[in-house]
Amino acid sequence: MSVTLAVLAGVLAAVGTALVLHRTLTRIVLGLGILGNAVNLLVLAAGTPPGTAPIIGRSGRFGDPVPPALVLTAIVIGFGTIAFLLAVAYRSWTIDGSDEVEDDIEDRRLAEADPHDADDPDLDADERSVP
Amino acid sequence: MTPWMALCIVVPLGGAAVSLALHGRLLAQRVIGVAAVATTVALALAVLVQVDHDGRISADLGGWPVPIGITLVADRLSALMLVIGTVMLFAVLVYALGQRAQDERSPWYVPVYLVLTAGVCQAFLAGDLFNLFVSFEVLLMSSYVLVTLEGNDRQIRAGITYVVINVIESTLLLLAVALVFAATGTLNLAELPRRLAELPAGVALGLNLLLLLAFGLKAAVFPLFSWLPDSYPAAPSPVTAVFAGLLTKVGVYAIIRTQTQLFPGELRTLLMVVAGLTMVVGVLGAIAQSDMKRILSFHIVSQIGYMVMGLAIGGVAAIAATIFFVLHQIPTKTSLFLVEGIVERETGTSSTTGGAAGMARRSGPLALLFLLPALSLAGIPPLSGFVGKVALVESGFARDAWVVTAVALGVSLLTLVSMVKIWSGVFWGDVPGRTAATDGTLGTDAAEGRDDRDGERPVAGVLRRHPLMSAVTGGVVALTLAIALLAGPVYRYCERAARQLAVPAGQVGGPAAGEARGENP
Repeated sequence: MSVTLAVLAGVLAAVGTALVLHRTLTRIVLGLGILGNAVNLLVLAAGTPPGTAPIIGRSGRFGDPVPPALVLTAIVIGFGTIAFLLAVAYRSWTIDGSDEVEDDIEDRRLAEADPHDADDPDLDADERSVP
Repeated sequence: MTPWMALCIVVPLGGAAVSLALHGRLLAQRVIGVAAVATTVALALAVLVQVDHDGRISADLGGWPVPIGITLVADRLSALMLVIGTVMLFAVLVYALGQRAQDERSPWYVPVYLVLTAGVCQAFLAGDLFNLFVSFEVLLMSSYVLVTLEGNDRQIRAGITYVVINVIESTLLLLAVALVFAATGTLNLAELPRRLAELPAGVALGLNLLLLLAFGLKAAVFPLFSWLPDSYPAAPSPVTAVFAGLLTKVGVYAIIRTQTQLFPGELRTLLMVVAGLTMVVGVLGAIAQSDMKRILSFHIVSQIGYMVMGLAIGGVAAIAATIFFVLHQIPTKTSLFLVEGIVERETGTSSTTGGAAGMARRSGPLALLFLLPALSLAGIPPLSGFVGKVALVESGFARDAWVVTAVALGVSLLTLVSMVKIWSGVFWGDVPGRTAATDGTLGTDAAEGRDDRDGERPVAGVLRRHPLMSAVTGGVVALTLAIALLAGPVYRYCERAARQLAVPAGQVGGPAAGEARGENP
């Protein structure tokens, strides 16, 4: 296994993780892309020794064709997912003009609600049913 | 070798392609959708019958032998999951058509739904880890679209959480697949147990944990569950119903497969802790909520704990109980969400603090349709949840897993508490906005009761319940009752499935070899 590839995959995974932890949607999308590529590199590095192409009839060492096949599939899937995420991010931007991942409203409401009247449906029920 | 397994994937995918070509012709799309899923149900039944007869069947796609080609394998567990999964997909599709006949009309719904069907079938039939990964992607991709189909503010917000967490899950799964391949040189589920056994203990443990992490995220077990109650309630009710019934259970299915066949009986303590915490945290979350959809979503998490508990206890009896419990959960959970869909449609809300109150007065049969699966979920005899829980608890006592079993019993009680919360908030009481004088007319004029309260939806008749919705919900509840009634034969099948999981999967592509040992434990 090539050390360069392994180190590169590690660095990319670290960068991707750091980006995903942001609240900005565009950074999350970039982070997921980089994270995906880190794993793709790792699959490649894990499978085939450097310099051995999986081509029949080639002289010398012959690589394992399975990892490249896996990576190709993973790249296509990753491409589709990132495209979808970008579309969702754009939609989010057209709806409220922000690029941030929002909190779960219902969660916030419950966390801030007074625990003593949370179970009493008669107490200003109309007020609390409005999110 | 029979073509049924491959057809389970090809038929819905082909249906998706055809219905996509018929873009804009809604009726044709629906006919194709229902026909394709119905055919898949029939094919799944054919697979079940053959598997129960032969033990384990496999098919090499395209005629390529095992190390090169893609293999589909069905054993008793996967055939059972395949049948119950496709039946639920069929029921929910019909229900959604009943709802959408009056609701919004998306030309994407049927094609995407069919791709989801294909993904679920492929996940249950996958014979190697990479194929499992691909099928997860297929069903996830279509679930992303279904969650955000309406594209409104709420769905986009929840959809982002859902998509991001699942992309991370997929990345972890791909990483695990890559490392398994690097360590063993194969991804075939039949070949892996032997190769994994030869690995150093530390390497095997690492691979096991990574796979558990990826599948645990999908199944929403304790520390990895917070995305689920956040994102599921935002989706349209029929979509939530199929997600609740099936998608987390696909994750559970993958955990069952890896923990029984690839890494038998390792990590038992960890699974036990995870199971207990999942049950407790899930049910406590449910009690804190004040919205029917969110309470039910937390219950998904809580019930996953029972399945993990069965795995943690281990042994044929506990695994059989787990399989039975999963089988009971899928229709029970789905029917609860279908009832919720009807409530939301008739009242415009699913809140338990007013708004939707008095459903039992508006529609007695609907209240019954809620009560039966709700009591089943809590484990009240003679319903199917009781059978599953008794089996789990018995196996827990038999193997001295006292703590987790006690936790499971306590959580049952809390489940009942939160079901009562829904019951008293949504079904009990008077219909708001209606005087006592008009209460005599039961369940006929829900629309009038809503008008004066819900100004956003002035057109009352539009949101009337479609008869298909009630019929399908009734059918799914009847299925849960049938599971309870036929608990004996069904449970014996689950035992056969568990016994089959307890022995190694046999030689590569040699179903007969594994089966010969499978029948004589």
